[in-house]
Amino acid sequence: MQAHQRMLDPTPNGLHSDESPLLQAIGLTKHYGDFLANDSIDIDIWPKQIHALLGENGAGKSTLVKAIYGLIQPSAGEIRWQGTPIVLSGPSEARSRGIGMVFQHFSLFDNLNVAENVALGLDRTESFKDMSARLEQVSKTYGLPLDPRREVWQLSVGERQRIEIVRALMQDPKFLILDEPTAVLTPQEADQLFIVLERLKAEGRAILYISHKLAEVKRLCDTATILRGGKKVETCNPRLETAASLARMMVGSEIKEVKAAAADRKTTVPRLVVNDLSLTPSEAHGVRLEHISFELKGGEILGIAGVAGNGQDELFAALSGERLSQDPGTVVIEGIAAGHLSITQRRKLGAAFVPEERLGHGTVPRMKLSENALLTGHAASGMVHHGFIDTAATLETVDRATETFDVRKAKRDPEAASLSGGNLQKFIVGREILRNPAVLVVCQPTWGVDAGAAAVIRQALLDLATAGAAVLVTSQDLDELAEIADRIAVMFHGRLSAPLATSEATREKLGLLMGGSRLEPKEAAHAVGT
Amino acid sequence: MQLVLEKRAERSNTIALVSPLVAIGLTIATMIILFAILGKNPLLALHAYFIAPLTDGYSLQEIAVKATPLVMIAIGLSLCYLANAWNIGAEGQFLIGAVAGSWIAVKTQGTDAGAWVLPTMLVLAAAAGALYALIPAICKVKFGASEILTSLMLVYVADLFLDYLVRGPWRDPHGFNFPTTAEFDPVATVPLLIEGGRLHLGSIIALLVVAAAAILLGRTIKGFEIRVVGAAPRAARFGGFNADQLVVLTFAISGALAGLAGIIEVAGPVGHLQPGISPGYGFTAIIVAFLGRLNPLGILIAGLLLALTFIGGEQAQIAMKIPLDVTKVFQGILLFYVLACDSFILYRFRLVFPNRQVARGTH
Repeated sequence: MQAHQRMLDPTPNGLHSDESPLLQAIGLTKHYGDFLANDSIDIDIWPKQIHALLGENGAGKSTLVKAIYGLIQPSAGEIRWQGTPIVLSGPSEARSRGIGMVFQHFSLFDNLNVAENVALGLDRTESFKDMSARLEQVSKTYGLPLDPRREVWQLSVGERQRIEIVRALMQDPKFLILDEPTAVLTPQEADQLFIVLERLKAEGRAILYISHKLAEVKRLCDTATILRGGKKVETCNPRLETAASLARMMVGSEIKEVKAAAADRKTTVPRLVVNDLSLTPSEAHGVRLEHISFELKGGEILGIAGVAGNGQDELFAALSGERLSQDPGTVVIEGIAAGHLSITQRRKLGAAFVPEERLGHGTVPRMKLSENALLTGHAASGMVHHGFIDTAATLETVDRATETFDVRKAKRDPEAASLSGGNLQKFIVGREILRNPAVLVVCQPTWGVDAGAAAVIRQALLDLATAGAAVLVTSQDLDELAEIADRIAVMFHGRLSAPLATSEATREKLGLLMGGSRLEPKEAAHAVGT
Repeated sequence: MQLVLEKRAERSNTIALVSPLVAIGLTIATMIILFAILGKNPLLALHAYFIAPLTDGYSLQEIAVKATPLVMIAIGLSLCYLANAWNIGAEGQFLIGAVAGSWIAVKTQGTDAGAWVLPTMLVLAAAAGALYALIPAICKVKFGASEILTSLMLVYVADLFLDYLVRGPWRDPHGFNFPTTAEFDPVATVPLLIEGGRLHLGSIIALLVVAAAAILLGRTIKGFEIRVVGAAPRAARFGGFNADQLVVLTFAISGALAGLAGIIEVAGPVGHLQPGISPGYGFTAIIVAFLGRLNPLGILIAGLLLALTFIGGEQAQIAMKIPLDVTKVFQGILLFYVLACDSFILYRFRLVFPNRQVARGTH
């Protein structure tokens, strides 16, 4: 096996300028309690290469990268830098050796400006003025435009990512790690990022690119290492693989195709109508919702695309009733003005909601599943009689959700926090679908969920729509929306575009809308006709 | 080698049960050292504290009498704490309840008032305690004022108000200028359970309160709301539970129970209103609530244990001249260890041996 993998170790294009790799991990292992997050992983990083690290959530990508960046100490194994074994005491030592990292979740201070944020992240002492000048120069050189004097809260997610990249580049790293950099970008922004990465590669730097978007990896990367369940499955040249073969290596089995039933699905009466909804944010730096209107019929799935932080959270709060609107007519559920109604009253009208955050929003992490069934089921599912809880009824919901949606768990009624992301999400979606809702509003239904669970959830949403419910799906994953939605609208700066029929909604059009451009009136008018 | 504190996948029910016992054990160990430093024989001191009170009937009754207010107050506080509302002012609510109930007793003094007097006193005391607790609750909900500070400061207001009444308008004219009201009439007194003993009806009320709280928290949707709001505020909003309303509700219940405990203490064991009716019940009840895991049955047991330290402390003072303040030290150490041991319900220690090969690597 070992020999087999060595043979497969690619030296594509014969580009290796050095005899030895820039960085090597050999037999890298990391335990968390009894859990083996990384099991004896070998990886070689060569200069002038973009190396993809592929794997599902929980495959061990983050753990591996954290060990390489000095954030955690491996339990066993060694890391070699330019051929010499090293022990990294922390990220600052990694940075001083020439390893840079751009995290998926940014560590920026909203109330500070760009230059101040960059200064805070740098180790070296140089005057603020010199640093600002260098910042402008680096951002200009690499085509990453930034205004050093703007405060972070005013910037888009793409611009925030640019700060992180520039901050890493200012230390002139030999090796740059990027964790899911395109997860928050529009397709056009992603294209711009790829140009920057190609240029860094041409300069002789090594890049480790963490992703689960296979098309991107095939297009951009020279080598791919695939992890599954903490183990290395394969190192290969992604350009010689198909998306399906890469997916198979990631998942370990074939993924069930989601069967769309668009043909025999009939749309009926409007079940969720939003009329000119405007709402000032309740939190500082929140997004103001402006004049949002749409109509959603029974049997229909409307997708809402958009870069995170453009008002999706605020829209969810307004639709669910976590935030109330002064004007009852702004949200109409099943023909009843509901803008002023509480979330419980809206549930009684037949609406159901699935928020983005599973732990702490969709469920109480340290409570049992039966209690979490009660969390949303108390309103209208016969779980409460005269103020007393019917424990048998709550347990029955757990059992039904478990059976219908294949929720895997250690015992009948464990704590929510003990389930894996995919299984908990199946439970949460199942809990709502079992109530037979007329309207389902769901945010990021498959975020951080393994491919198998994602397929189950998407199928469940399609089936629910086929059964006559109106389904609203907010997602940043354009492929997901293309797969299940009938129409797609885009949120940008608290405004919602006119929905496009999914067949008309090309990545280019959606990308433009996600970046704030308007489509030509001709195209928009065409879309309304669906 | 490294000692690492890591999160458990699921809370450990075993540790949840064992933790208070370990805390008690550690407290006793610490007390042994403390007694030794004070120059007292630790074994005799522990005997005076924990064994002697359990050996005679009078002390056993006295333990129940002391535990009654502790348990009633702690039950109310546990509801607040479960809902993430930090009522520190139960002592003040206790005093205000005592004052409000005593008002009826003082006004009907020497008249031929009937059996309605005591029930009215109890209801009025509970209402007054609830209203007094609503001041910090409403300040929190309406203005965002920290309920910890406001509820605590209102303790001193209540204390001084009581002081003023018993030194001024309500002072017993035949009381030799002592700051106290006259002894309450029999109709204004909590009846004894055993003729000539100390045990009174209040202990039965405390048991009923424990049972009611157990049902509220374990079986009703309101109890569920209280637990969710404390455990995950965002999930509570998603569930449709109104956090502000629950802060007000739990403060009101907690104030009512403290007020009720106050009048039961005054109209029971004490017999009249005077300063110093509480040896810090409202504060000790905080320890009782946490020692009892914010669980009604646990609170009942913890209340009895803390009552034991009060009685034992008195006996140790009489028998061995150990200062009464040592009792408070004991209670403080106990709370410290309880909170420390509780960490192990959600976390555990693990010894980590870093890989030798890595450790030898050159820099």
